[in-house]
Amino acid sequence: MNHALIEKNIGLMAVLTLLVISIGGLVEIVPLMFQAQVIEPVPGLKPYPPLALAGRDIYVREGCYNCHSQMVRALASDVQRYGHYSVAGESVYDRPFQWGSKRTGPDLARIGGRYSDAWQRVHLLDPRSVVPESNMPGFPWLAKAQVSAAEVESHMRGLARLGDPYSEADFASVAAAVNGKTELDALIAYLQGLGKFAPKETPP
Amino acid sequence: MDLSSTYNDKVVRQFVIATILWGIVGMGVGAFIAAQLAWPALNFDIPYLTYSRLRPLHTNAVIFAFGGCALMGTAFHVVQRTCQTRLFGDRLAAFVFWGWQAVIVAVAITLPLGITQAKEYAEPEWPIDLLIAVVWIVFGIVFFGTIARRRVKHIYVANWFYGSFILTVAVLHIVNNLALPVSLWKSYPVYSGAVDAMVQWWYGHNAVGFFLTAGFLGMMYYYVPKQAQRPIYSYRLSVVHFWALIAVYMWAGPHHLHYTALPDWAQSLGMVFSLILLAPSWGGMINGIMTLSGAWHKLRTDPVLKFMIVALSFYGMSTFEGPMMSIKTVNALSHYTDWTIGHVHSGALGWVAFISIGSLYCMIPRLLGVERMYSTRLIDLHFWIATIGVVVYIASMWIAGVMQGLMWRATNPDGTLTYTFIESLAQTHPFYVTRLLGGLLVLAGMFIMAWNVWRTWRGVRAPAPVPIPTAVAA
Repeated sequence: MNHALIEKNIGLMAVLTLLVISIGGLVEIVPLMFQAQVIEPVPGLKPYPPLALAGRDIYVREGCYNCHSQMVRALASDVQRYGHYSVAGESVYDRPFQWGSKRTGPDLARIGGRYSDAWQRVHLLDPRSVVPESNMPGFPWLAKAQVSAAEVESHMRGLARLGDPYSEADFASVAAAVNGKTELDALIAYLQGLGKFAPKETPP
Repeated sequence: MDLSSTYNDKVVRQFVIATILWGIVGMGVGAFIAAQLAWPALNFDIPYLTYSRLRPLHTNAVIFAFGGCALMGTAFHVVQRTCQTRLFGDRLAAFVFWGWQAVIVAVAITLPLGITQAKEYAEPEWPIDLLIAVVWIVFGIVFFGTIARRRVKHIYVANWFYGSFILTVAVLHIVNNLALPVSLWKSYPVYSGAVDAMVQWWYGHNAVGFFLTAGFLGMMYYYVPKQAQRPIYSYRLSVVHFWALIAVYMWAGPHHLHYTALPDWAQSLGMVFSLILLAPSWGGMINGIMTLSGAWHKLRTDPVLKFMIVALSFYGMSTFEGPMMSIKTVNALSHYTDWTIGHVHSGALGWVAFISIGSLYCMIPRLLGVERMYSTRLIDLHFWIATIGVVVYIASMWIAGVMQGLMWRATNPDGTLTYTFIESLAQTHPFYVTRLLGGLLVLAGMFIMAWNVWRTWRGVRAPAPVPIPTAVAA
């Protein structure tokens, strides 16, 4: 085609531009929505229980993803340091995904159970009291804020509308699970659950 | 004088001031968070000043406030001159300016409050996303409306790039931010897990490709020939590299997800297209730099041109580095380290900020109807202080990043890991301090610019409207 034709017709140029930029995204995104490996949860994985969900929302709010990935890459050194490499089925209930892009701190995909609740508590309040070289900020305000059951339930209902399999029984369990808990308790519950459903067999 | 016979430069001038102001704010926040990484006591245990809440504020402020205002202002300037007609819709243009400032202020308030979607460069929550979409669509209407009533036959190449930037960013923004609100300030994305990751980095990489590249190439295609007083080197090259660039960029996103749980076929596609991307990127760089053929001597006396040529050099360098880092084996070392941060800043400071600064220095005297900027020597000083700052910044992050990557993978003869994670962080401290120094130099340059612009502006009370030439060039 003679390019002068496009240069004289802004409508044609806009349509062609939209056409050209659409292909890449369509090819790379749409098939993923139907690929079983990507959309099926790993065995045993359920949507986040109320307290852990509250903790996840706090993790998102505080921007932990700015320094911590949740993605053990399929590389020997990653697996050796953190544990079994991450599989897509582990994050099917993660909205948004929290794989991260930078490790100023270590990966957290397998952090659950690595440290005691008490260590996590002290570390989140004042990281340098347990890791002197750390440059992580402290999050002391988390210990003072209470988790709201009504808020957690509305968040769970929203996730259910998006297709996460929460039941009426789950909604009914919220108050008992979160009443009296602080945001710090919730964040620790979330962290301690990370990696719980990681594949068990040793990687090849 | 009849308005329709003059250019609408008021909105352009407003965007110029906003660009400089938000540049100082965004880079200032950047310097502060850089200091926090070196001295964590600077977090003060205050939620609104905590690194993890401020880092998105820095990225959003420099990309969308500083970069966005520079793009909108220059787009409005360029499209009027190259179409030889007044901007379409004075009120719509004013709405774009004030709407965009409202977006910026809303983002600057909500992010420190912890209101975030936690998707990189798309952190603002859904009410702000809606406002962004409205302002952006009006931006498109003003831009394309102006082109539609142009008084020249051909659409100038700069407008192809600005146009593709406006269209594509609209698509990216809407698709990536599809979410279900659960309250006024909280939403969950409709995508989850690996699909969300793919959508996010399709968005994230093309925020680089279209916001930080195509738009600024539009700037390059107008202001470099203008400042050099030479025509663009090759028309044919601009046609080829335009279509190749916008087609190929859209495929490159998965290189942000190498060795992750994203299926291998997508990773491989992303890597192959990232490598191909080198060709159209360098096409653009060559077209810009070679425009100086026959005018190289001007570099000796014109610091504005120096800004532009160094910008193109950084563009060439970072678009070589990017494809290299997208090779899976290189990425295995570089990913998650500060090398990525160095790469981003060689593009964002070296290319984006430098071409913007050069274009502003080129445009401001013309906008104000004065001969030249208040001080050419201050432009030169700005150039050198900023160039040294960028080099110090990226060199320290390169060294830090490669060191981190090597320490994370180092093993002892018995196969165990040599270093703990915290050892790699402790070793990074001097580089974080050096990086801060580089960032402060760049920030100091922005203050010099602000002073120079203020002194230039001070003598001009009300700039006379610039009449549109009546003899239409073919």
